[in-house]
Amino acid sequence: MEQPILEMKNISKAFNGIPVLKDVNFSVKKGEVHALMGGNGAGKSTLMKILTGVYTADSGDILIDGKPVSIKSYEEAQKNNISMIFQEFSLIPTLTVAQNIYLTREKKTSLGLLDDKDCEKKTEKLLEELGVDIKPTDIVQNLGVGYWQMTEIAKALSQEAKILIMDEPTSSLTKNETEVLFSFINKLKAKGYSIIYISHRMDEIFEICDRITILRDGRYITTETCSETNLDTVIQHIVGMEFDQAFEWKERAYDTDVPPIFEVRNLTAGNVQDINLKIQPGEIVGIAGLMGSGRTELLRSLFGIDPIENGEIYINGQKQTIKNPRNAIDAGLALIPEDRRMQGLVLEHSVKDNMILPILSKVKKGTFIDNKKSNDISNDFVQKLNIKTDHIFKQARLLSGGNQQKIVLAKWLANDPTVLMLDEPTIGVDIGAKTEIVEIIREMAETGKAILVVSSELPELLALSDRVVVMHDGKIKKEMKRKEIKTEEELQYAIQGF
Amino acid sequence: MQSKVSNIQKPAAPALKGFEWRNYIVYFAFVGVLIYFSISLSDEGFLTSGNLLNIVRQTATISLMALAMTFVISTGEIDLSVGSIAALSSLVGALAIQAGYGIVGGLIGGVSTGLVVGLINGLLVTKVAIPSFLVTLGTMGAVKGFAMWITDTAPVPIVDANFNFIFGSGDIGPIPVLLIWTLVFTVIAHVLLRKTAFGRQVLATGGNENAARFSGVKTMKIKLMVFLGTGLMAGLAGLLYAGRMNAGRFSFGEGDELSVIAAVILGGTSLFGGVGTIIGTIVGSLMIGTINNGLIIMGLDVSQQMIIKGIIIILAVAFGKKAMKR
Repeated sequence: MEQPILEMKNISKAFNGIPVLKDVNFSVKKGEVHALMGGNGAGKSTLMKILTGVYTADSGDILIDGKPVSIKSYEEAQKNNISMIFQEFSLIPTLTVAQNIYLTREKKTSLGLLDDKDCEKKTEKLLEELGVDIKPTDIVQNLGVGYWQMTEIAKALSQEAKILIMDEPTSSLTKNETEVLFSFINKLKAKGYSIIYISHRMDEIFEICDRITILRDGRYITTETCSETNLDTVIQHIVGMEFDQAFEWKERAYDTDVPPIFEVRNLTAGNVQDINLKIQPGEIVGIAGLMGSGRTELLRSLFGIDPIENGEIYINGQKQTIKNPRNAIDAGLALIPEDRRMQGLVLEHSVKDNMILPILSKVKKGTFIDNKKSNDISNDFVQKLNIKTDHIFKQARLLSGGNQQKIVLAKWLANDPTVLMLDEPTIGVDIGAKTEIVEIIREMAETGKAILVVSSELPELLALSDRVVVMHDGKIKKEMKRKEIKTEEELQYAIQGF
Repeated sequence: MQSKVSNIQKPAAPALKGFEWRNYIVYFAFVGVLIYFSISLSDEGFLTSGNLLNIVRQTATISLMALAMTFVISTGEIDLSVGSIAALSSLVGALAIQAGYGIVGGLIGGVSTGLVVGLINGLLVTKVAIPSFLVTLGTMGAVKGFAMWITDTAPVPIVDANFNFIFGSGDIGPIPVLLIWTLVFTVIAHVLLRKTAFGRQVLATGGNENAARFSGVKTMKIKLMVFLGTGLMAGLAGLLYAGRMNAGRFSFGEGDELSVIAAVILGGTSLFGGVGTIIGTIVGSLMIGTINNGLIIMGLDVSQQMIIKGIIIILAVAFGKKAMKR
């Protein structure tokens, strides 16, 4: 049998006693594109971080060309010819392509000065060999993202990388740029480079990859050869058989005869194009789609963060002008953002201060904040949402992820919004809190609010939604009543664009 | 973030145009200022070779500090302590000469004063991870206090004529010594920034610190070096003050940080790091000097000059920011 260029054997890793990888095996052959797949939290990125020296495995071996190696830092990974192709973030935008590729490895003239001409010549040769149509003297920030990636790849190759890791390489690329990248990957393959390809996009994986390894819940599930397997098998392996009772969907009744409480007409903003959406009072609408499909951008533009170029928004039949988040809040919208630590909370402030921030004007007595009233409101929410904190004066950063997310929820519920939008409401939250948050969202819907949820976790989306809208390339591609969706696989198909 | 980046398409022609315009604005502005003063102050002798050389003399200290500041700002940091360092080093240099250590002793005293403060700044920024704005705001005050304290605010006269010649008041033929200092260090700084690995790594650190680190740039070392650089050059600038004024004095360099930063930003170096130009800095510095000189000839006092300098720095950054946003 052919010796694999890379083998990872029985890799285990735990964080704070919680295992994230259990006995994982992974091997890559020379000149193959090998997909690494799995749902959120399956352990893909942890495995790759172990390979690139960001983390160290608790147990297990890494073998390159059959020889065991120890990788404790990114430099050591590079020495073992492994390179991670970061997306746009690993280049210096203000330097040229050649300067970036040979940064810290420039040839010097006899005077000890940089020989830029030499770098440019070598870069030109490299780019020509790879068939990349940019000039070595182009400043990186003036190039499209697709070219950033190729510059990054060229840089890795100039450092003798043999194994390239690409994490969702197409998420910020246009269709054309993706095609260019794929033909580029095929060229690399023909030259004998190995590529580890991480993506959620099945169509791309079947197009470009030779084999697929699937992880689920930190365990190795299987390795399939692309030409001998099919979408069904792969999706089944990713989803698994377990079914979480807590996430069971219950059909809920809501009023379909009244006019919609929230309506979006022909909305266009940035990548998001021509969105039409109606939500009944008490209805929960889920938005599904791949990374970069425009889900988050849609919520951001509805909330006045990204400028709306075109289209109309109606709440209770009233046309709304939303130019900034203040307008949106006044109109009755609330957005629970994706990154609660960055966008949702003032971590250094107390539970209470966070909760009353959006409603300061409502808890004022004269000029001053009414302490009794604001304490009562905060205590009330702590009780209602079952937030685990010693008292309402505890700093938000000291609480667990799930409880932090509940504070963010409380913060916006206090303002009693008409339309509640949530972006990945349970990301990084433990399973117990997850169920509770799902329950809170359901209760909110019961009070007649319109609810719009974005989530990458399909079980959660299926548990919550009365209707699911699938987005693709900034547009709504499909709308499905929850009743009509039989299985998670069916939704997965829709998301993949089949 | 992602959506923003993906909007940039390859032929970014309009953005490029704005970018270049920003790079050259300082030259147009400088010529404009020169023409304006030449006409409005033609009777007061602005455009005489004597006055122009005077501008060069008065600007030398600012120029030297601005050269080093270009490196600091290119890494995305700032150094507010340069003026205070100049004051202290003028005194240490003068005291060393007074104590009989001679020109070399004065030079070593002044320069090492600057290096020590630069080292403290650099270590606090890199090892203790305090933002450079705060670190140098602190050392600006502390070093100034130290300068006032060592001689109880008394000036220290320098009677060594050779020192005064070399470090300030001398002319070689028609050429002021201070012009030579400026030229020599401009060339060195330009080569250092454009042609050496160090300069490239300075720009890389400021352009994207994480990426630079992943490419093998020792970003902390680079930052430490640039603060040593401003320390060194501010120390030297202190000696030039001492040489020109024949004394060390705690009030030298007061408010220079404003002029120095204005010169660098005006020259086209990005306050956000990653883009730096030495030639721009020197022109920016000469422009600040010319404005100072012109305003004095016009009869404006120090307070009015400060107002104008403050406005200039804000305008320069505002223009820079606009170009950054694109």
